[in-house]
Amino acid sequence: MAILGAINPMLTVGLDGDNAWRLADYVKRDGYSALRRILESGIGQGDVINEVKKSVLRGRGGAGFPTGLKWSFMPRAFPGDKYVVCNSDEGEPGTFKDRDILRYNPHAVIEGMAIAGFAMGAARGYNYIHGEIWEIYERFEEALEEARAAGFLGRNILGSGFDFDLFAHHGYGAYICGEETALLESIEGKKGQPRFKPPFPASFGLYGKPTTINNTETFASVPYIINMGGDQYLEAGKPNNGGTKLFSVSGHVNRPGNYEVPLGTPFAKLLEMAGGMRGGRRLKGCIPGGSSAPVVPGPTMMDCTMDYDSISKAGSMLGSGAVIVMDETTCMVKALERLSYFYYEESCGQCTPCREGTSWLYKVVHRIEHGKGRADDLDLLASVTTNIMGRTICALGDAASMPVQSFIKHFRDEFAYHIENRKCLVPVDVQRAGSGFFTATA
Amino acid sequence: MLTPESLKRIDREIAKYPADQKQSAVMAALAIAQEEQGWLSSEAIECVAGYLGMAPIAAYEVATFYNMYDLKPVGKYKLSVCTNLPCMLTGGVDAGEYLKRKLGIGFNETTPDGLITLKESECMGACGDAPVMIVNNRRMCSWMNPEQIDKLLAELK
Repeated sequence: MAILGAINPMLTVGLDGDNAWRLADYVKRDGYSALRRILESGIGQGDVINEVKKSVLRGRGGAGFPTGLKWSFMPRAFPGDKYVVCNSDEGEPGTFKDRDILRYNPHAVIEGMAIAGFAMGAARGYNYIHGEIWEIYERFEEALEEARAAGFLGRNILGSGFDFDLFAHHGYGAYICGEETALLESIEGKKGQPRFKPPFPASFGLYGKPTTINNTETFASVPYIINMGGDQYLEAGKPNNGGTKLFSVSGHVNRPGNYEVPLGTPFAKLLEMAGGMRGGRRLKGCIPGGSSAPVVPGPTMMDCTMDYDSISKAGSMLGSGAVIVMDETTCMVKALERLSYFYYEESCGQCTPCREGTSWLYKVVHRIEHGKGRADDLDLLASVTTNIMGRTICALGDAASMPVQSFIKHFRDEFAYHIENRKCLVPVDVQRAGSGFFTATA
Repeated sequence: MLTPESLKRIDREIAKYPADQKQSAVMAALAIAQEEQGWLSSEAIECVAGYLGMAPIAAYEVATFYNMYDLKPVGKYKLSVCTNLPCMLTGGVDAGEYLKRKLGIGFNETTPDGLITLKESECMGACGDAPVMIVNNRRMCSWMNPEQIDKLLAELK
């Protein structure tokens, strides 16, 4: 099934058939009508950008930056090559929505990118797809072939004189390529190491040309915005948080999966849609926006609504909409240890504070988890994070630090217990039962 | 040293990029070379670099930066198991332990018959399907409980 649950969905409507991803089915769902209307009715580039601005569509990849504003930064009258790039390098732990958008509705992404290309005067685009989802990459290539054959991509689209071609580029296992300038380096055939900013991609992007990078879900939302109008899209969410959003719910819930709901939907409702807590256990903590977002204690989370502003007030970030649910069987030290290992493993090594700092973070959390913690380790961790944050080229260093700070802030007693008693507060067999792995076949 | 079929596939990748940006195809070309040869030897990397007109060191940088390239020979099947937090909460670490016990090897080791290499992997972007694992960088396997793992192992011969 394409989607496990939805409230007033747009992106995931009518996707249950086996061929829902194909061009013919997409066209039946009104697909490519937005592009057609723009090209045939002489709607201007500025009009398209204004419509996207009105919708208050905010970047779905994690930063939540207003998409229309980003598009307006492109020097669209600049002669010469310009690019639109889609970031489908979905590797933020907890996030798996773009995979399903590409799997079930790839033409929405293609149409959104073509509209973006028109609005920003770009004739070429790339979709950078996470290497681990190879079957999805191959499907996207097939969808591109369909779109080219039908004249929705290529030269002189629908006889309008507008040229736009789009290609798929795959990653091959590097989290950092989700950072937009690392992603550009990667398309250029280099190590994925982030660039200094400024200059920003809108002036110096792919191959040094003006480039706009948006997330898969962001592009996929564009045809719906054009079709329903920016105002109506905004109303589908809540003020300053336009539209619906896909939330990837993982961890200790009965029905992990993707759910499309209007921004502003209560977290409690989303949790209920995901089948509630596994085994009826208590919600201990939740990471509401992917592993880089600070953890939120269970009771606080239950009072949140799922939108950029509410989650920000709770001290975290809506990020990519990856909701990692942890129940009372979770050892928070072990959870943090695994996340810290991830950032240590994925630091690109370019900036010293991140390269060395992520290694320190992992080693110290690791020794606490393994009964070798020292009395001043929590202070040491705090000091390492403050020495990383704000001192690196990209946000990976901050992303590695925020989980450490927030886990210790909210679950300090558990860390202190580990250090004093050299063991977990949560018994190991309870943790093991929590994963449900060995009971699955029982 | 690459077959004409592989070179043809690489040509198709090169065509995706502007004529003066052949290097952009290096990631795909290395993946194709690895698919053909099972792993990336220095010779294979140099061959790709030569074909794309880039310095061998530049291709080597790419091959060593991205995790899915294998710079040493691996078993006939490479099994990459995600143990990152969302998977861990739903049995990813247990799945790794289960595989280690069943195969009698640890992560980054190969069974003595050369059939299976086990790898620990970072987030594959499929956390709703946890535990997840990938066979030979291509086939994602979802909801891998002990029963499903047994089935997969029986199939990999």
